[in-house]
Amino acid sequence: MSRSEHEVGQMAGRREGGFNQWLNKRFPLDSLLREHITEYYASKNLNWWSVFGSLAMVVLVIQIVTGIFLTMSYKPSAAEAFASVEYIMRDVNWGWLIRYMHSTGASMFFIVVYLHMFRSLIYGSYKSPRELIWIFGMFIYLALAAEAFFGYLLPWGQMSYWGAQVIVSLFGAIPVVGESLVEWIRGDYFISDITLNRFFALHVIALPLVLVGLVAVHIMALHEVGSNNPDGVEIKDKKGPDGVPLDGVAFHPYHTAKDLVAFVAFAIVFSAIIFFAPEMGGYFLEHANFEAADPLKTPEHIAPVWYFTPFYAILRAVPDKLGGVILMGSAMILLFFLPWLDRSPVKSIRYRGWMFKTAVALFVVSFFVLGFLGTQPATGAYTIMARVFTIIYFAFFLLMPIYTKLDKTKPVPERVTYHD
Amino acid sequence: MSEDVDLSRRHFLGVATAVTGGVGAVFAATPFLASWQPSARAQALGAPVEVDIGKLEPGALLKVEWRGKPVWILRRTDVMLERVRETDAEVRDPASEQPQQPEYARNEYRAIKPEILIVVGSCTHLGCSPIERFDLAPADLGPDWRGGFYCPCHGSKFDLSGRVYKGVPAPLNLPVPPHRYLSDSVILIGSDTGVA
Repeated sequence: MSRSEHEVGQMAGRREGGFNQWLNKRFPLDSLLREHITEYYASKNLNWWSVFGSLAMVVLVIQIVTGIFLTMSYKPSAAEAFASVEYIMRDVNWGWLIRYMHSTGASMFFIVVYLHMFRSLIYGSYKSPRELIWIFGMFIYLALAAEAFFGYLLPWGQMSYWGAQVIVSLFGAIPVVGESLVEWIRGDYFISDITLNRFFALHVIALPLVLVGLVAVHIMALHEVGSNNPDGVEIKDKKGPDGVPLDGVAFHPYHTAKDLVAFVAFAIVFSAIIFFAPEMGGYFLEHANFEAADPLKTPEHIAPVWYFTPFYAILRAVPDKLGGVILMGSAMILLFFLPWLDRSPVKSIRYRGWMFKTAVALFVVSFFVLGFLGTQPATGAYTIMARVFTIIYFAFFLLMPIYTKLDKTKPVPERVTYHD
Repeated sequence: MSEDVDLSRRHFLGVATAVTGGVGAVFAATPFLASWQPSARAQALGAPVEVDIGKLEPGALLKVEWRGKPVWILRRTDVMLERVRETDAEVRDPASEQPQQPEYARNEYRAIKPEILIVVGSCTHLGCSPIERFDLAPADLGPDWRGGFYCPCHGSKFDLSGRVYKGVPAPLNLPVPPHRYLSDSVILIGSDTGVA
């Protein structure tokens, strides 16, 4: 999209000279807007699955803004943290709203990100040439998981405390260096004021910086290769005489208009949760966390927040400490390899055979069942179920090179399918 | 000019600069990484603690705090000691071969005095604190339960000597902290040498 400087001055009916031209000679505002917004072409057949990327950005902004305001009243010390959260909830003007926006936002972030990842899975958005977009996205997911984990310690409730105790202890399973590594992470012989203070630093500055940087490279890589679509057809292969993909429409105003509708729907759900069910029956804010941390007393039943429960169920399914930790880690790490595990010649589920469709269905079921089991006590039948669904979860990845190769695919159309 | 460039020299200089820079980066990173180690204050607060067990009744459990972790002191009855012997076949490490206790506690009852059990009440799986369940054969733990400690987090089980049962996630027996008797009824927990 190279244009001469002369044209830049004439854009959008602006006269030559003036502030706009002064600015654009010094900062590429117009060309950035064109490249990423008004002349970024995405397929015209994008459906509702494609709104979750924008929504994830919206949630990121909500988390950053509410987070900044919470920091103004929160005290990151073991003696004061729990009371300062109560102070925010009761005494700070609108503090309850800001805090509920932040706590609900954390769960909504994971809902939106899981749906965004699922979209990639069914439409093959991780496949060549989009492997790096997927990998950057996976790093965003890991950074988000770390961010959520560090943030969960801050209210200094019982579940904060024992959840951190369990997750930090996972590193103790590493042979030889494990125990000293755990001590190094905690900075003490137990989860203490020191640990809380450093988790606060990681939560409010270190990881948000990492997240924002990763989001930037995720989008830059996306805009380099172009967005995938529900047909998995490369729209750049068929361009008009003006160099614009025949099946592409500008991100703004076409896709932004749709994303705006999705945002309104999201905002309605988000507000409904904040105003009517901010704890979500113990799934978004766990009941045990309304009690201050007690290093000497573990709650009767501890479970992580819902977004980690599938992995937690896998951890508990293994009757061996190191084995459980390795399996839980692999459950996340395997996702990185999707672009190479999938040997299918087609991208979208629309043109794949029954094997892939069955595998995805089983995977979704196992993710939900493991998610449920992770919230329940690890006893008898539940442990057996966790083992069965752990096997299904891993089979989805490990057998993928075989079933995607064997699966019969349908012919992919030349152009995207679109009903107008 | 360009044909005069000695490429192998340029390559060597490039690599040498990168390596020197890398060494510098390691040195620069050291204070930041080391700042995460337990501070002098944290180490001082982790000092040994003195406990008087003179009033501890047989069968009773005393919980004290050492380094932020619960330390359990259980005065076992003869019946309890009998039950410890009965679980020998069901525990992973009956003879305490793993280094989870000082030498002086590496014996049949994992204790200096058989009746006094001293263990860190922190599950060797992921650090939850198990719950004392001295009742025999309760409904939730099954008919073979002979009393011990049960971890609510991930279902690990320990007997009345803190020895871990087979087939549970915890890999090791509960650790016996270093300790010594200052008198018949006063124990120093956290150190087996020197004075408090």
